Amino acid sequence: MWWTRLKALIVKELLAVLRDPKGRTVLIVPPILQLLVFSYAATLEVTNVDVLVLNRDNGQWSQELVERIGGSPTFRSVRFTDRPDEVQEAIDTQKFIAAIEIGPSFSRDIEAGQPAEVQMILDGRRSNASQIVSGYLTRIVATLAADTPAGKRMASNAVSVVARNWFNPNLTYQWFMVPNLVASIALLIGLIVTALSIARERELGTFDQLMVSPLRTHEILIGKLVPPMMIGLFHITIYILAAVFIFAVPLRGSLFLLYGSAIFYLASVVGLGLFISALSMTQQQAILGAFLFMVPAMLLSGFATPIENMPAWLQPITYVNPLRYFLVIVKGVFLKDIPAVEVVRQTIPLLLIAIVTLSAASWLFRRRLE
Amino acid sequence: MSDAVPFVRIVDVVKRFGNAPPALDHVAGEILGGRITGLVGPDGAGKTTLIRLMTGLMAPDEGKVEVLGFDTVTNAADIQAAIGYMPQRFGLYEDLSVQENLNLYADLRGLPVAERAATFDELLEFTDLKRFTERLAGKLSGGMKQKLGLACALLRKPRLLLLDEPGVGVDPISRRDLWKMVENLTAEGIGVVWSTAYLDEAEACDSVLLLNEGKLLFAGSPSELTGRVADRVFKVAGVSKGRRQTLARYLDDDNVVDGVIQGEAIRLVMKPDTVPPTLDDRSPAPVAATTAPRFEDAFIDMLGGGPGGRSKLAETQTPFSTTDAKPVIEAHGLTKRFGDFTAADAITFDIPRGQIFGLLGPNGAGKSTTFKMLCGLLKPTAGEGRVAGFDLRRDAAEARNRLGYMAQKFSLYGDLSVAQNLSFFAGVYGLSGARKRERIELMVDIFGFARLLDMSAKDLPLGLKQRLALACAVLHEPEALFLDEPTSGVDPITRREFWTHINGLVEKGVTVLVTTHFMDEAEYCDRISLIYRGRSIALGSPDELKAQVATAEHPDPTMEDAFIALVQGSEEKEAA
Amino acid sequence: MSTPPPSTEGRAARIRRFTALVRKESYQIVRDPSSILIAFVLPLILLFLFGYGVSLDTTQTRIGLVIEQETPLTRDLAAGFQASRYFTVAVGRDRRTFEEDLVLGRIRGIVVIPAGFVSDYSAGRHPALQVLVDGSDPNTANFVQNYAQATVANWERQRLNDGGGHPPAISAEQRFWFNPELTSRNFLVPGSIAIVMTLVGTLLTSLVVAREWERGTMEAMMATPVSAAELLAGKLLPYFLLGLTSMTLCVLLAVFLFGVPFRGSVAALYALSATFLMPALGQGLLISAATKNQFLASQLALISAFLPAFLLSGFLFEINSMPTVIQWITFIVPARYLIPSLQTVFLAGDIWPMFTRAIAVMFLIGCVFFALAARSTRKRIG
Repeated sequence: MWWTRLKALIVKELLAVLRDPKGRTVLIVPPILQLLVFSYAATLEVTNVDVLVLNRDNGQWSQELVERIGGSPTFRSVRFTDRPDEVQEAIDTQKFIAAIEIGPSFSRDIEAGQPAEVQMILDGRRSNASQIVSGYLTRIVATLAADTPAGKRMASNAVSVVARNWFNPNLTYQWFMVPNLVASIALLIGLIVTALSIARERELGTFDQLMVSPLRTHEILIGKLVPPMMIGLFHITIYILAAVFIFAVPLRGSLFLLYGSAIFYLASVVGLGLFISALSMTQQQAILGAFLFMVPAMLLSGFATPIENMPAWLQPITYVNPLRYFLVIVKGVFLKDIPAVEVVRQTIPLLLIAIVTLSAASWLFRRRLE
Repeated sequence: MSDAVPFVRIVDVVKRFGNAPPALDHVAGEILGGRITGLVGPDGAGKTTLIRLMTGLMAPDEGKVEVLGFDTVTNAADIQAAIGYMPQRFGLYEDLSVQENLNLYADLRGLPVAERAATFDELLEFTDLKRFTERLAGKLSGGMKQKLGLACALLRKPRLLLLDEPGVGVDPISRRDLWKMVENLTAEGIGVVWSTAYLDEAEACDSVLLLNEGKLLFAGSPSELTGRVADRVFKVAGVSKGRRQTLARYLDDDNVVDGVIQGEAIRLVMKPDTVPPTLDDRSPAPVAATTAPRFEDAFIDMLGGGPGGRSKLAETQTPFSTTDAKPVIEAHGLTKRFGDFTAADAITFDIPRGQIFGLLGPNGAGKSTTFKMLCGLLKPTAGEGRVAGFDLRRDAAEARNRLGYMAQKFSLYGDLSVAQNLSFFAGVYGLSGARKRERIELMVDIFGFARLLDMSAKDLPLGLKQRLALACAVLHEPEALFLDEPTSGVDPITRREFWTHINGLVEKGVTVLVTTHFMDEAEYCDRISLIYRGRSIALGSPDELKAQVATAEHPDPTMEDAFIALVQGSEEKEAA
Repeated sequence: MSTPPPSTEGRAARIRRFTALVRKESYQIVRDPSSILIAFVLPLILLFLFGYGVSLDTTQTRIGLVIEQETPLTRDLAAGFQASRYFTVAVGRDRRTFEEDLVLGRIRGIVVIPAGFVSDYSAGRHPALQVLVDGSDPNTANFVQNYAQATVANWERQRLNDGGGHPPAISAEQRFWFNPELTSRNFLVPGSIAIVMTLVGTLLTSLVVAREWERGTMEAMMATPVSAAELLAGKLLPYFLLGLTSMTLCVLLAVFLFGVPFRGSVAALYALSATFLMPALGQGLLISAATKNQFLASQLALISAFLPAFLLSGFLFEINSMPTVIQWITFIVPARYLIPSLQTVFLAGDIWPMFTRAIAVMFLIGCVFFALAARSTRKRIG
């Protein structure tokens, strides 16, 4: 009996989302946009850099330096100038992110075995990008230095740093981004679908219809909970397939662990969605509520920037963010094959969040009947 | 100014939206100054579209509309400077106070500053809103909003006043007040267009344009229309026992065009030159006498008559034994308080099996609160409610299994198809397997959904939506039906069909609780509780309530008269 | 009964209608919680997030330092890492003790000073340091590598000054203009102000106009002598002022709470922001006129205005690094022009050649949006 009722409700919820043009839009547009924009556009990598060079030296070494910069894949073009005020103007107006000034005695100093100097001017307004550019330039200068006579002499003594990147040897940005997207798409979809589900019924007046049916409160909650989780799992699966087959991200860990924890993650997300839904009277408020939760959740999850960079007083806030835990699991399973114990350790907070939000939502839900 | 020049000329107008059948199909007519012209028809007849065409906010696809001598397409601005328009939801800003709304519209309509104080004073007096100038419009009751909307439309005396369904969601008292105000305006030569789905409102208009499905059925004075059924309308008395069965028998007679229950009597419209059949197997034999025709009688006659008296739905219903004396729906001292406001105060009544019980009352008087408590949507602060013997607090789920619910807004899932809606409601009421299939097939058969199964519910015409809502509410053969304004805005044919089903079900022992503003629906009830300010101020059969207010000069009051008199009487008693 | 012909109506009537509309809108803003939410609460949240929560400054990155052979030299090098403000260092003797931490993300990298380091160093046999980095976060991985390199270079310079070793053949001197400390907050906070103005200009405006359609008040307005232009202008002025108000609030917070320098002129700030609000408001109007529905309007505003302002404006992600097609799209994102200019007003000062170009382009986009919005908001419904 209860199963007949519940099944009817679950089927209805799925149909309602799939047949409603708004619902369909929510299911189709954001995932595609997210996949396209984030995996291709939202990159902290820096490429296609233009450099302005003010070269006062006419020896071979400055020539060599400029050629090496021009030959590096990061840099798109090297432009020359002979006026220092043009350097100033170019950086000021952001035509160039970096400028290099080579003094008149550069080649002479190198030939003479004297320490030679180059000056790099970078646009601090875009501090992240200019730091990365400065890293590239410094490395090019260092390899050039090693090829100078003095450098060759010293080479045997200079300490070199040999870096090895674990899990992602070429630091491919998409290997980082796409697993992150698996977690965030589930947040986006799960939250919106759930937040809208009760608000939509309230607005259309079907909510009363549900309440007078023999469905018990917990059955309604379960019926509202399962379909968004199914939809969330569907999107997760699509994204995992895209990660593996389109973006060639290695899947090193166990899918079983990934899906196992995904269920708890989705339960916590849907719990939050139900909570928002129970609070809002209209679809409008539900959307704004979901948005108001989503933006901080994305920014304070370790997705964009590592949590350890945040001030210590802010870090505890991230503890209630389900995305924070699932990001560790997804990236861990994909790239690092993290042990099951670790997955469990990250899943426990998800379970707690789910329990708290679901009980809060059902409490709110019952209170509305008063 | 000569009366011969019409204020509005509508010339062979066609208006289409998308691929649907035209919203207005070759409509023509005239509207004169100094009188109230009713724009009458069920929801979806094209009333709003026609009004919008008159405001110049919409352009016709074919034909033309002239308002006050201006063409609506080329001279919309001139028209808008000279008319007053109240759209369906009154066009008020809910975040603004009464005074702020008035100020806004005064500025927009260019009311000279010098005249303001006097005009505001006059309008506030006229609408009785003086005490509420500081209140936000969103916090006003429906009737007060309607009056404020009217005041805003009247700020700069318009020559033509367009009112789009001013009576919707407003109780009869407010509606009558508004009517009086508008009547006063016509005395000053203003032309008024009043659109409505209530046919009793139409009857009071000076002339009407009757629309149905985009077509103009009639233009002229209401009496001209009712004239067509003169001498064919009969009131059958002496049927207080078994009036539902009697009505069904009448309706099956070929000479009967239309029939409705009116309290303890039956109202019949006969084919020309026929008289009601004598049902001599009944004792006492019913007595038929001609009575004054009403607008609705003529409308049904024009549409070719109402449906027959048989309800296939009721015929397949397993009867509930009517022998046990226990009431099916019980309210004992039901009380609901929100903070220190008492929305319902110790409401008590019983509904025996196989009866229709009506909850009537002005907006905000507590009838919805009572209704909601009885179907388990609200928890009472005190008192108890029972459905089929189950306490709504302790055995809510058991009680809900035995009730069917249908709300005025047709709360079906619009994005789900007809079949999916039926399947869903079958499922939540625990039907499965063969029984589920059987019941759904039966509903599809009875209501003729076979060709519509894959259509989204929201795309159905209003009448079909209403049938689907009924089908979903009775799928599980409930013992009790809860109906919340079930037929408001629905065309009269569908309404009769609906009541035929309900009457049939009631005869099989189904018990019905209905809330309504709609006096026609009230007439179908066996008993009515009139709720005002949270308390039941009158309880009895429709005829008993009418008898309570009958006076020497007004011996035969309508249900609406009874409603108004009882509410006013209670107010006076309280004031005293 | 005489109605004055509308054609002769004076300017006074028009002005009165306009002020009435503006007054009405202002009351609504003050009384509607969602206006307050979008115009003041959301900006504060965003500003706080970007001021505190999002930091691209990789200070205090946790690493493991393995010293396989304890000697004065290796201790000295290790001290160099421990003193670095970029790292928080845990020291161990065996790299295996840190490997699990690296897998679990507790540390971002392991710096290994191998057993042969000392002998290689003193014998001039190409001494090398190993750095194992968690590549699952490429940005952080890059920083760890760069900082490790810089720390070693620093250490070598130190030893040189102390009298050993040789000077490097080429030394590269880096100068970061405008933001020498490379504080990411200094460019994130000005950027987020542009996002706040997008929210007020586009999201809020599209919502309130759509609400008028939904509630039927638009219809009532249109049936009065008000012209479509007056209606739109009466709507826009209050939200224009509201946008500037929330911008001002954000700027005050940025300067006085987050200590972001403000080197340009207030005039430039307002000129830029005011121009930016044109396309933002125009887009809001266009969305609401097209949808007439609050739900759809909010979805469209988030997807077509908020997300692009966030992702495709150079706010966080370098436009030059995006695929060409996406770079083209960024040209029609108004925030793309505002964000660098705002960062400049804050950090660099008035650079008018840059501002005038931005103002011109934003004005142009604004005109296009307004033309489209005006076309779809004639005094006609249905």
